Amino acid sequence: MASSIRVKVKLSGDVAEVKSLMKHEMETGTRKDSKTGETVPAHYIKEVKAELNGAPVMTANWGPAVSKNPYFAFSVRGAKAGDTLKISWVDNKGETASEETTIS
Amino acid sequence: MNLTRRVFIRGAAAAAALLALPRALLAWPEKAFEAKSQDDTLNALFGTTETTESSAVVLSAPDIAENGAVVPVSVSSTLENVESISVIVEQNPSPLAASFDLGPNAVADVSTRLKMGKTSNVMAVVKADGKLHTASKEVKVTIGGCGG
Repeated sequence: MASSIRVKVKLSGDVAEVKSLMKHEMETGTRKDSKTGETVPAHYIKEVKAELNGAPVMTANWGPAVSKNPYFAFSVRGAKAGDTLKISWVDNKGETASEETTIS
Repeated sequence: MNLTRRVFIRGAAAAAALLALPRALLAWPEKAFEAKSQDDTLNALFGTTETTESSAVVLSAPDIAENGAVVPVSVSSTLENVESISVIVEQNPSPLAASFDLGPNAVADVSTRLKMGKTSNVMAVVKADGKLHTASKEVKVTIGGCGG
């Protein structure tokens, strides 16, 4: 299965600029289904972790207010070509996904 | 007697391991995300509502969001030793939208996209050296982001 996370890294000096897009519906739990009128249960990413060569860079704690198919951009100091950048998430149902990319 | 003691110790060690595990997983600040007001959110996250408006915090968000379901928000700061960056949308049902915990190598500059139910003040809170620095901006929403 293709990964549900797309990661792009741009290296400028020793700072890696990371842009990522995650595929996720990000249901708030307050929206009603227009056909059945029933509330759609909440389903959203709670935690996103970014690691550089296995060392934690940043943890994003999210609520359901983050948009559908979340976009997340950040930068890391002390990066160089060949380093491994990993992004992983956990949602409120315990589902997970992760993606690793080599900085070039 | 010795045996029961050993069993007890083993049990205690297992219990300690079990206790430690969920704590690591429960770093997600549930109380802060359940808070219904800006002050409650600040209290739940930081244990205080004492903040200082600072020009060292830069919050960029549109003046008018045509689509409340996708509002691009960026927060950056020139402060040293930034520990966390949080984004609070005052008028959302749960004001806390996102909170970023920064490691020592992370640059204090994050971007994401948020949902906004209606026109609201958006506040960025940057925790640096134990103090809370903020920047706010009103974002007008023409179409709400909650299935409207």
